[in-house]
Amino acid sequence: MSALPQPNPTSSSSQRARRQISDRTILHLFIWPTLILLILINIFPLFYSLYLSFTNYSVISNKPPEWVGFANFIRMLNSEEMWSYFALTGRYALLSVGLQTGIGFGLALLLREKFKASGFLTTLILIPMMLSPVVVGLFWKLIFNPAYGIFNYLIGFTNPAVAPDWLAQPDLALFAIVIVDVWMWTPFVMLLCLSGLSAIPDYLYEAAAIDRASSWFQFWRITLPQVAPLLLIAVLFRTIEAFKAFDVVMGLTGGGPGTATNTVAIEIYRQAFLGQFRTGRASALAYIVLIIIIAVSNLYIRQINRAREG
Amino acid sequence: MTHVALHNIVKRFKQVTALNDVSFLIADGEFFVLLGPTGAGKTTTLRIIAGLEKQDAGSVSFDGEPVDGLMPADRDVAFVFQQYSLYPTMSVYDNLAFPLRSPLRKLPEADIRRRVEQVAELLRIHHLLDRKTARLSGGEMQRVTIGRALVRQPRLFLMDEPLSNLDAKLREALRVELQHLQKSRTSTTLFVTHDQIEALTLADRIGVLDQGRLIQVGTPTDIYDRPVTTFVAQLVGTPRINLLPAVRDDGTLHVKDSSLKLPVPAQAALPAEFLLGVRPEDVRPGSGGEFTGRLALTEPLGAETILHIRSGEQTLLSIVPGIAPFRLGDEICFTIQRDRLHFFDQAGVRLPS
Repeated sequence: MSALPQPNPTSSSSQRARRQISDRTILHLFIWPTLILLILINIFPLFYSLYLSFTNYSVISNKPPEWVGFANFIRMLNSEEMWSYFALTGRYALLSVGLQTGIGFGLALLLREKFKASGFLTTLILIPMMLSPVVVGLFWKLIFNPAYGIFNYLIGFTNPAVAPDWLAQPDLALFAIVIVDVWMWTPFVMLLCLSGLSAIPDYLYEAAAIDRASSWFQFWRITLPQVAPLLLIAVLFRTIEAFKAFDVVMGLTGGGPGTATNTVAIEIYRQAFLGQFRTGRASALAYIVLIIIIAVSNLYIRQINRAREG
Repeated sequence: MTHVALHNIVKRFKQVTALNDVSFLIADGEFFVLLGPTGAGKTTTLRIIAGLEKQDAGSVSFDGEPVDGLMPADRDVAFVFQQYSLYPTMSVYDNLAFPLRSPLRKLPEADIRRRVEQVAELLRIHHLLDRKTARLSGGEMQRVTIGRALVRQPRLFLMDEPLSNLDAKLREALRVELQHLQKSRTSTTLFVTHDQIEALTLADRIGVLDQGRLIQVGTPTDIYDRPVTTFVAQLVGTPRINLLPAVRDDGTLHVKDSSLKLPVPAQAALPAEFLLGVRPEDVRPGSGGEFTGRLALTEPLGAETILHIRSGEQTLLSIVPGIAPFRLGDEICFTIQRDRLHFFDQAGVRLPS
């Protein structure tokens, strides 16, 4: 290999062609399209909606936004209805994230042992998470259908006349949505747990076996602490998602029956795009949700860091 | 403590035979070192004794009783892994106390504290007891790992290259500590290493493994002075032994492609062609030496110097104390210590001499 720049005739012409665009130009060509898109669809709406949340404004009213200060926020926070939606969302998040974590971790523990077709099985389990939420919502609607859906049949109700109507009964609708969310997102938790589990070295378990540690100890002192950081990240992601739950809920119940599955995200949508198009109020509500999510996330992240330090 | 016996152990991993009919005995209180290059089957042997791996044939017995059916926990051995196998999220104290807290033992907490502190004192990690293991340096971690083996009084210590992840200085210090510990406690120990210096300094006896076969078992002196094959001869000793192709011509021995000639020792029955082994320390430069050669290279190591002496087409290594006053290209006279020659046949097996 002759290492240093012996200009050879074949490459120098292409080199000259490349030189016409400087590195700096290339840099700008790559960065600005993305940046402009981000500013248009993320950054601008973020700040514009912050402004709108302090105004009385409706996109269909043909009137300019009118500054009202904290009135929207005060109205939202004083509304009992609103608190019930928050409570509902909280209940939904707790149930769905709790089940996803438990089942996901359990599945990961099972799939950690390699057996015949375990790779194939893992891929199968991951499929729900790759589907579009709207599609999931629509076909679960069919699955839950009391007349011909397979769900009731599977859990033992063979007579449609007495079978529960999951999406139409107020006491069941929330659980129906939890079931779908768990079905769809448990694989995600499992995947993260699985990668955490595979990073635990075998010799820790071997050392524990020689030290006469019980399998209970091995789980509490080796497996759990080593997986904890990734498990908490999975919980963090799922909690944030649960607070924003919209697409699957919209597809399944649209927030009904009544307000039985009216999560905060659905309420924001209702305020903004149904009836009177209360853009200002919807923005204020969206900001309240954002603040809650940031607060909860911070609590989690603190826990994750603590788990990492051991 | 315990004496250990391995009988005709065979272990296969799919197509590869990792251990091929390995048998040896470790006496009560002995420091036995398994020496061999990477992939020789040393760690596999250790894992089979600990019960972490199941042999395909043969049996392991402690004090004459077979332990093949016992789980690792029931064999009562202590294992020091090559990696620092410390429990994360537990303090150094808890790591050390852990083997004693096993429900099978039920020691009172005061006893545990006494023993942990004793071991911590011994390994000079007393100041670390309250620390989390994630915040330790490599040397400290390995000492805690060794400490976790020492707090118990196991029947047998198994150590899998415990010093190989440490830097040279620390390795030396811990080697001395280990030797001292073992001698003062007279605990039966099986120590695995690929480092011949560790083997020679620590061992009461050494077993040399190569490709799953046990080639030689003996004291360090046996291994060094009477290696049974050229493989063993080359494995121990730095710099390496000089192996020179030679022919016998009546009473004289000629090294091929050089002017070296030696009388054949009276009692040796040598074939026509063979390999002559000469340890570098037995090649002694000095005025009045019977052979001459040209100095091709010197490696001054401070306390000693390695000389590469060309004689014809052959190069002999010689090691001399201190910094040698020779210059490259010098004509050098040297003698060869006649009573310390090694003879091997063409296949590398030692010939009686």
